[in-house]
Amino acid sequence: MQRILTGDATLIETVLLSLQVSGTALLLSTLIGIPLGAFMGLSRFPGRRLMTALLYTGMGFPPVVVGLFVYLLLSRSGPLGQLNWPFLPALFTPGAMILAQTIIAFPLVAGFTMAAVMGVDPQLRQQLQALGATPWQSTLTLLAEARVGVVVSIIAGFGGIISEVGAVMLVGGNIEHKTRVLTTAIVLETRKGDFGLAIALGLVLLSLAFLTNLAMLQLQGRTFDP
Amino acid sequence: MSSLVYHLQDVTKHYPTRSGQERCVLQVADLRIYRGEILALVGPSGAGKSTLLRLLNFLEPPSQGTIHFLGQPFSREQAMPLALRRRVTTVFQRPVLLSRSVGENVGYGLRLRGERNVQERIQAALAQVGLSELADQPARQLSGGEAQRAALARAMILEPDVLLLDEPTANLDPYNVGLIEEAVRRTNQEQGATMVLVTHNIFQARRLAHRVALLLDGRIVEVADVADFFEHPRDPRTAAFVRGEMIY
Repeated sequence: MQRILTGDATLIETVLLSLQVSGTALLLSTLIGIPLGAFMGLSRFPGRRLMTALLYTGMGFPPVVVGLFVYLLLSRSGPLGQLNWPFLPALFTPGAMILAQTIIAFPLVAGFTMAAVMGVDPQLRQQLQALGATPWQSTLTLLAEARVGVVVSIIAGFGGIISEVGAVMLVGGNIEHKTRVLTTAIVLETRKGDFGLAIALGLVLLSLAFLTNLAMLQLQGRTFDP
Repeated sequence: MSSLVYHLQDVTKHYPTRSGQERCVLQVADLRIYRGEILALVGPSGAGKSTLLRLLNFLEPPSQGTIHFLGQPFSREQAMPLALRRRVTTVFQRPVLLSRSVGENVGYGLRLRGERNVQERIQAALAQVGLSELADQPARQLSGGEAQRAALARAMILEPDVLLLDEPTANLDPYNVGLIEEAVRRTNQEQGATMVLVTHNIFQARRLAHRVALLLDGRIVEVADVADFFEHPRDPRTAAFVRGEMIY
């Protein structure tokens, strides 16, 4: 507890890496998930039911399975690891952790966004069109009308990744000063028997989640469309 | 009432049924709507009146045929350009307002068009429908009649060439009906807006319209000047409708 109160450098580093990894993954998930969810909620196309079923399955994907999947993809003998593409992250780096967490979070963001826009009065879309809205303006307004649900989708995505341990442990490796985040540090300290530190780290994690969600709730009262 | 605003030629609208077949809900061989007139569409439920309004607002294309709007064709193959589409708007039977203030709802269409300093125009539009005091109130707190008047202000502020009204006073009390009819009449007279009014209320059609069209089973039975329609109907089905008899 003293390490928390005195602002221990290693602890701060762990907190910052947690925020960097989960924050970047959440940003990417939001950029992919909200347009995808809006498209699926507002469009009718062949294969939509199959895509919806896949998305809902993705929402319940165990993080450790995602971690295994990313591990196999990025390992040297894996299909992506062999390609040596410069923009692909290597295993046991924050980049690999971000990739795994993005795969965990984007179905949550997309799925809840889809449900939120589908919950908006269906006649509103026709009314917006009648008022001269372009499809883009109409989509933005419908997202703004569904903003409570859309913000919940981001909160769900954040909750899904800030607290997960399986994927980041597998693809990050819990390497000190490199890939150790709050959840993997808690696992380590618990195994070492340092329950006080593990609990303290847990409290830091909970506080971070609380403060982030509080900030996101502020978004629910705002509109960003015309 | 001289220049042509709409000209519908051999327009049909089909919708797919659950059994995979097509059902024809509208079949209009020829209909002309002129600048500055109020045309009332009357007929029983399911006659195709609202479908016709959706086509006139370019919300969906006809299955066959062409709608000429100010000379521009609109068909299954040809979309209506946005600039022309924005010269038409609709007030629907059930007002759907955004979860914002009344004033923001009324100014929404202007902001879609990129206009920013709209406060004065919002106030003027609200005054026209007797809602000046409620500009800052959340729209969801309005009563049914107030919400419909806000929806009318939201449409009128755009100063459209054509205002389509889909049973705008259905389920409203006489006070709100009077306010809406007065606003409609004033907009028609002062702005010269062309209007197409769908109504089940033949008395309202008589009060507001210059011409009346009777639709039955998706087809236009008769279009006539309001006096002729009610006093000297040509078709026996129109005569029966005007007498208040049930016709199918």
